[in-house]
Amino acid sequence: MINLTINGLAVSVEDGSTILEAARFLGFPIPTLCHHEGLSPYGACRLCVVEIGEGPGARLVSSCTYPVEEGLKVRTASERVVRARRMIIELLLASCPQSKVIQDLASAHGVRTQRFRQEYDDCILCGLCVRMCSEQMMAGAIGFRGRGEERSIGTPFDVQSDVCRFCGGCMYVCPACQLRCTYNQPEKAVCNACANLAPPCIQKEKYGDMMCYMNPCVACEIK
Amino acid sequence: MDKKGILDIIQRNSKNHAGIIAILEEIQEECSYLPEEALRLVARETGRPLADIYGVATFYKAFSLKPKGRHCISACLGTACHVRGAQKIVEEFSQELGIKPGETTPDNEITFETVNCLGACALGPIVVSDGHYFANVTARKVGEILRDTREGTFGSDKAEEAHPFLIEVSCPRCGKSLMDSETSVHGHPSILITASMNGKTGWARIPSLYGHFSRTHEHDFPADAIVQLSCPHCASSFQDGSRCVECGAPLATMRLADGSGVFRICTRTGCEGHLLDIGRAEL
Repeated sequence: MINLTINGLAVSVEDGSTILEAARFLGFPIPTLCHHEGLSPYGACRLCVVEIGEGPGARLVSSCTYPVEEGLKVRTASERVVRARRMIIELLLASCPQSKVIQDLASAHGVRTQRFRQEYDDCILCGLCVRMCSEQMMAGAIGFRGRGEERSIGTPFDVQSDVCRFCGGCMYVCPACQLRCTYNQPEKAVCNACANLAPPCIQKEKYGDMMCYMNPCVACEIK
Repeated sequence: MDKKGILDIIQRNSKNHAGIIAILEEIQEECSYLPEEALRLVARETGRPLADIYGVATFYKAFSLKPKGRHCISACLGTACHVRGAQKIVEEFSQELGIKPGETTPDNEITFETVNCLGACALGPIVVSDGHYFANVTARKVGEILRDTREGTFGSDKAEEAHPFLIEVSCPRCGKSLMDSETSVHGHPSILITASMNGKTGWARIPSLYGHFSRTHEHDFPADAIVQLSCPHCASSFQDGSRCVECGAPLATMRLADGSGVFRICTRTGCEGHLLDIGRAEL
């Protein structure tokens, strides 16, 4: 067991766990976006920042990737942490305002406006779908491509992957849903999950009739 | 490049546990780019998802998924080059070649691309063509660089290759040339003299390219032994009492054919001590 202090409370948690796991276990809420139970921590969204250390040596770290240390002093909601989180949410809103997950986060943290140039990206590069595909589905059909401004997620060469089993897991975990249902353009399809439904959702009259396991369906734009 | 060649590369690299990057680098070297088929093959052979391989191939600027031209010109657009007008040079190249940065001319001759920094900011703007660096490039020099690239002639190298420093020597006593134009060493006529030791006499040959003075003998002389070097025409010895600064052995002295000085070489086998004394016509 490792002894540490979270928000002034002396606690002891299991060796090898992360700050996020320890804090959540003890009931301290830390918001996350790119973290998912059952997927390896990635530390992409930085929403889970916490402050560790004291005085001038205090610094912000992502709690989902930081393993607990003996004697560590953690603050999960200090002024600095809250300010950083609100900034991150503002930036997420600037790039992907249509995402319900991000809207909910903004609402929960009292972020009403954002000060940056508004964009309407459909991906925040959190890597959830990539990890889902390779770690849970053992497929590795999608991955990161390019870098910097041109970084994107998709299949190699932008053609339907031959290792994809159309499980739809990528769309299930996506907070922004960049992998939109393309069943009406099968040649461009990334997952074809909706094609596996019987009858395929594209042939359905209304969303309400669909037996789609994504409820609400984040992939399908048919209303 | 065929499938077998790529398989060879993968096999060779997986033996020494090299990573994906090493394999991709080698394929790129062979094919000049990374063909889709090659990436699929790498994924299958290494057992890694194609998405991973593709991610690596698209992440690094050194890798290209599009075929490249025979020649590759990169213009630096780093901060230092940029403020010195690199943008103008890029525009000039684009206009001259009729392509945008990152593209290849339709005849597959030249690929033009921009890079972010070449680490030689003091020399900027910098253009690299097939590994040759051009410093302080101006828009006016663009045409010259393109011509050099197409013809494979690069200013600095041209001069070096056309005028290597060659030594032409003659016997200090009889004055006859010691050059043997029939047998060339390193692509240039060699110096042919007589060498004798322990009663064995035969030819000795020295390359005339300055700096390459490994002597070859007709007979196998032991290492670290003093050889008598003499003129093949008048048989007079070249030793004149001067000593090698490297090993202290006697030096053999020959006269430069144009009379501008003397050339000395160490008589000890294995020693490459030599001396070019220009301005000493008198012996």
